[in-house]
Amino acid sequence: MKNFFITFLILMIVWILLNNTFQPDILIVGAVIALFLSMFLCKRCELFTDMNFTPKGIIYTIIFLGVFMVDLIKSNLDVTRRVLNPALPIKPGIVEVKTKLKSKFARMLLANSITLTPGTLTVDVKDDSFFIHWIDVKDEDVKVASKEIVEKFEKYLEVIYG
Amino acid sequence: MELLGAIITLMGSFVLLVASIGLIRMPDVYNRLQVGTKATTLGTILSLIGLVFLMPGWWGKLILLIFFVMMTNPVSSHVLARASYFIKIPFTDRTVVDKLKVSTKAQKVEYEEK
Repeated sequence: MKNFFITFLILMIVWILLNNTFQPDILIVGAVIALFLSMFLCKRCELFTDMNFTPKGIIYTIIFLGVFMVDLIKSNLDVTRRVLNPALPIKPGIVEVKTKLKSKFARMLLANSITLTPGTLTVDVKDDSFFIHWIDVKDEDVKVASKEIVEKFEKYLEVIYG
Repeated sequence: MELLGAIITLMGSFVLLVASIGLIRMPDVYNRLQVGTKATTLGTILSLIGLVFLMPGWWGKLILLIFFVMMTNPVSSHVLARASYFIKIPFTDRTVVDKLKVSTKAQKVEYEEK
């Protein structure tokens, strides 16, 4: 039920943004289509089951987005610095990190965030370990790498997806 | 307003320029993907934000575009990196460690399940 409702809401928001209007006839068409789509597509999906819709969860979602945007900009400055430096200061390697997150959706978000943050790229995910291509390996140890790469996002995602 | 939009779009194109230089300079597939993903994401986002200032009527669609780029760009580069790892595209000589190779968990072939 929760999944159904959230799918409906997302489809509706997409529809409104695409049309860029609040005319009642367009809204009604969108609502009917979104209702049918979410009914057919979301009979068994469990994407949002673990999500917490408490005020705390929502506040943490916003903070997470902020942290994410700051990191995206930082990662670009980092990439720019590496690319334009004549010596090409890279020290690449694949490291393993562990995550405590259980929810599938949270893990997807975590892997996406890792890919977009400074010098890291998720190569593979096996159970609770992520294999990450790191452009500048500081430490090969699982614990240290986890602390360096994963923790800053994990603490928010843990609250959002209980 | 128009000037602000133009400046932001210009910043976006600078980031994209850095990405293309990086594609040439980086030594192997994985490093190229690193540069490609990050810089193209921010470059596209900045260009689209600049476009929001230039064409205020399009803001809804452009925000949707930004959202989709942010969600799908890392996924595609992850899949590319994974595929190139499993067809054994070589690393550069400067690679210091490869944990995926020594991990026994990763060596199990998972396609047999189906």
